Amino acid sequence: MSEEAQFLFSAGTIAVIVLALTAVYAMVASRNLVRILLGLEILTKAVTLLVAVAGYVSGRMALAEALIITMIVVEVVIIAVAAGVVINAQRHTRDLDPRTLARLRG
Amino acid sequence: MSVYLNVLLLGLLVVTGLLTIMAPTLLLGAISLAAASAVLSALLFQMGGPLAGVFELSVCAGMITVVFVSVICLTRPLDDVEARERYRLRLLRFVPLSLLLLVVAVWTWYMPPTVDTPPPAGVATESVRIVLWDLRRLDLVGQVLIILAGVFGVVVLFHENRPQDGAPKP
Repeated sequence: MSEEAQFLFSAGTIAVIVLALTAVYAMVASRNLVRILLGLEILTKAVTLLVAVAGYVSGRMALAEALIITMIVVEVVIIAVAAGVVINAQRHTRDLDPRTLARLRG
Repeated sequence: MSVYLNVLLLGLLVVTGLLTIMAPTLLLGAISLAAASAVLSALLFQMGGPLAGVFELSVCAGMITVVFVSVICLTRPLDDVEARERYRLRLLRFVPLSLLLLVVAVWTWYMPPTVDTPPPAGVATESVRIVLWDLRRLDLVGQVLIILAGVFGVVVLFHENRPQDGAPKP
């Protein structure tokens, strides 16, 4: 593997770790449903970067592109449905705090 | 030159990602997310993935930002005083994250991630269109099903109960 690819792999992996750690921490520590969705989005960016870096260093960027396109489609649908859930939750509980959802019956 | 550009883009991606999480207001967070998507799109172009870059830019930086701004407008926004008060409390909750990032920085300084195995012989040169429509055809079926499920989900979530027997709608 070329030195450039090795360097990009190292730098890309560090960026993935930082983004993923930040996103997971934000999803756990946030008290706002919209911020939890933002954390989920950043986690998806981290995974997309990981797939892209893996495709680049292994020389299979076409396969990585196909997987990234699939991930983007799934991400959009998840965010659209999650946004609907957040809006409805706020209409019912008048609050965006996820702890108020613990009062739901069922 | 391209190495420095890639490292600069990676650094920008991390900065915009952190700004998305730590922004004082939700709107600033949504705009930072759009910026992170745009930077990731540029990275994908640099790595030789133009189709994925276009998808990332148009869908994630465009449509998802619109969704987030819509959600922010439809939910109760905080006024400036409440937002500033909550921002101070939120910063305190994120202090352990800065310690975790420091541990990661020290670890990656002394043991940087490397890959030892060389790429497989006969590197694949197929086009992304052939991979998407031939090799990963089943993924497309899955995507269509997920989109269908998402459409039904959104319709159900925003369904309004109609009054019975022609009673006037409140």
